[in-house]
Amino acid sequence: MINSFYEGVIVTCCVNIIAVLGMSVLTGFTRLFSFGNAGFMAIGAYTAAICSVQFHLPFALSIICGAVAAGIVAYLLGSLTIRLRGDYFLISCLGFGECVRVLFLYLRDITGGATGYTGIPFRTTWVVALVCAIAAFIIAWNLIHSRYGQAFSAIRENEVAAAANGIDVVKYKKMSFVFSAIFAGWAGGLYAHYLRHITPVLFNLPKSCELVITTVLGGLGSLTGSVLATLVVQLLPEFFRKFSEYRMLAYGIAVVLVILLRPAGLMGYKEFPDLFKKSGKKKSTGGA
Amino acid sequence: MSNNSTPLLEMKGVEKHFGGVRAIDRFDLRIMPRDIYGLIGPNGAGKTTIFNTITGIYQADEGQILFEGKDITKIKPHEAAALGIARTFQNIRLFENLSVKMNVIIACNMHNRYSVAEAILRLPRYRKVTKAIEERAIGFLESVGLADKADDIAGSLPYGHQRKLEIARAMATDPKLLLLDEPAAGMNEEESLELVDFLKKLHHDNPITILMIEHHMDVVSRLCEQCTVLDFGRTLAQGTVEEVKQNESVVAAYLGGEL
Repeated sequence: MINSFYEGVIVTCCVNIIAVLGMSVLTGFTRLFSFGNAGFMAIGAYTAAICSVQFHLPFALSIICGAVAAGIVAYLLGSLTIRLRGDYFLISCLGFGECVRVLFLYLRDITGGATGYTGIPFRTTWVVALVCAIAAFIIAWNLIHSRYGQAFSAIRENEVAAAANGIDVVKYKKMSFVFSAIFAGWAGGLYAHYLRHITPVLFNLPKSCELVITTVLGGLGSLTGSVLATLVVQLLPEFFRKFSEYRMLAYGIAVVLVILLRPAGLMGYKEFPDLFKKSGKKKSTGGA
Repeated sequence: MSNNSTPLLEMKGVEKHFGGVRAIDRFDLRIMPRDIYGLIGPNGAGKTTIFNTITGIYQADEGQILFEGKDITKIKPHEAAALGIARTFQNIRLFENLSVKMNVIIACNMHNRYSVAEAILRLPRYRKVTKAIEERAIGFLESVGLADKADDIAGSLPYGHQRKLEIARAMATDPKLLLLDEPAAGMNEEESLELVDFLKKLHHDNPITILMIEHHMDVVSRLCEQCTVLDFGRTLAQGTVEEVKQNESVVAAYLGGEL
């Protein structure tokens, strides 16, 4: 029906879209930067894999377990760190992501250590991945346009004013963080059931950076921008295989250029449909 | 609750120190329901600090703050809002990149209850509540004359409109007490007079009590029955605007040769 190259491309894109959507809610709408979301992907991937292999749970249930596990860890971590100011929170996430990776490296009996965890059944077909990505988009979109997403945007815009208007800043920040972790865990679980073999190095710091970079490229405060940027970031290297070693270099240059030339990112506070509105300039989104 | 014997807001011996500086020193205040009360004093007198202790941005070091007889000294900002204390800020704090309407909707959301699941699945209650909130928000915008700007970006509004939007947003939380931090700042005489009429109408149309910080004496004397004058965190005088104007230490400290 579809050859394995294209299946791989589609699955990779969809998995990353889910993780980046989580990132987008956290960074684009709540203005919290996390360089540790690959850690949540790892938690989701390993939890889902272990559920499938060890406990023979059905695929969907394994994925849910992975996502929930990532969410619980984010809740606990967030309870400790969410009050930290921007850059300190960022560093704490970075540290957390690396801790998870190293932990999985050392828990050899459970995770297989550096050689990885094998024998995961192949379940994430391109159809499953696509359906999940679409569902993730709808969930994120609906959340962002509800009072919850509006509260996130208010916090991004002005924390003091948000609190003065009845928004419990700590609670909503934590919620946004947990949401991004659940999406990362979901993405990780799917990825594990596509690759069939996962190693901690898949979820290293460069992976976390890639998620943040994709979100920034797509434009903060734009879900459609995040999807678009994920497609660009994932597809370009696929079709320029020869140069794929240079992808981190290319990301770096791209981010510098975007920040210099178009700080708002590809879409910057606008959703794709807004581009076609007549009074597009005056319309706002970010929770409209 | 709001019978005339209980003050809406009462501050007893409230102190706030920053290092060695006493930003507010043994401050007392009684505001009855439906008052329009003025807080005046030179820059750095501690007026905004008083607002910040009432709204929970700062915690008072000493003393007690009562709202409708309930101790709110250790309150958090969002809890103050939930109790019915709304405020504006000296240097306007809008949600700048969001639309004018969204600024008010976010404040309306305080009384808006639907669950995450209802939001994600867009269940009937979500739709119903969302629609009602939007209409309510437009209502508040109409009351400040910004309804035609509903879809503009808040940060793009001219200064005077931003002030009005901030007041509309504060009103959208359905407050009992409205704290206005220098609403006439940066306005010329004509604009100040317009603001006075606007605030009078706002107070007339809504069951609110207003506590305002203001430098413009003409605004204060046109609006407030009672006022307190502060200097270096200490209360210089308290009483009707006319009484305060006669007070010698007030004249010396603040009003200077103007009177």
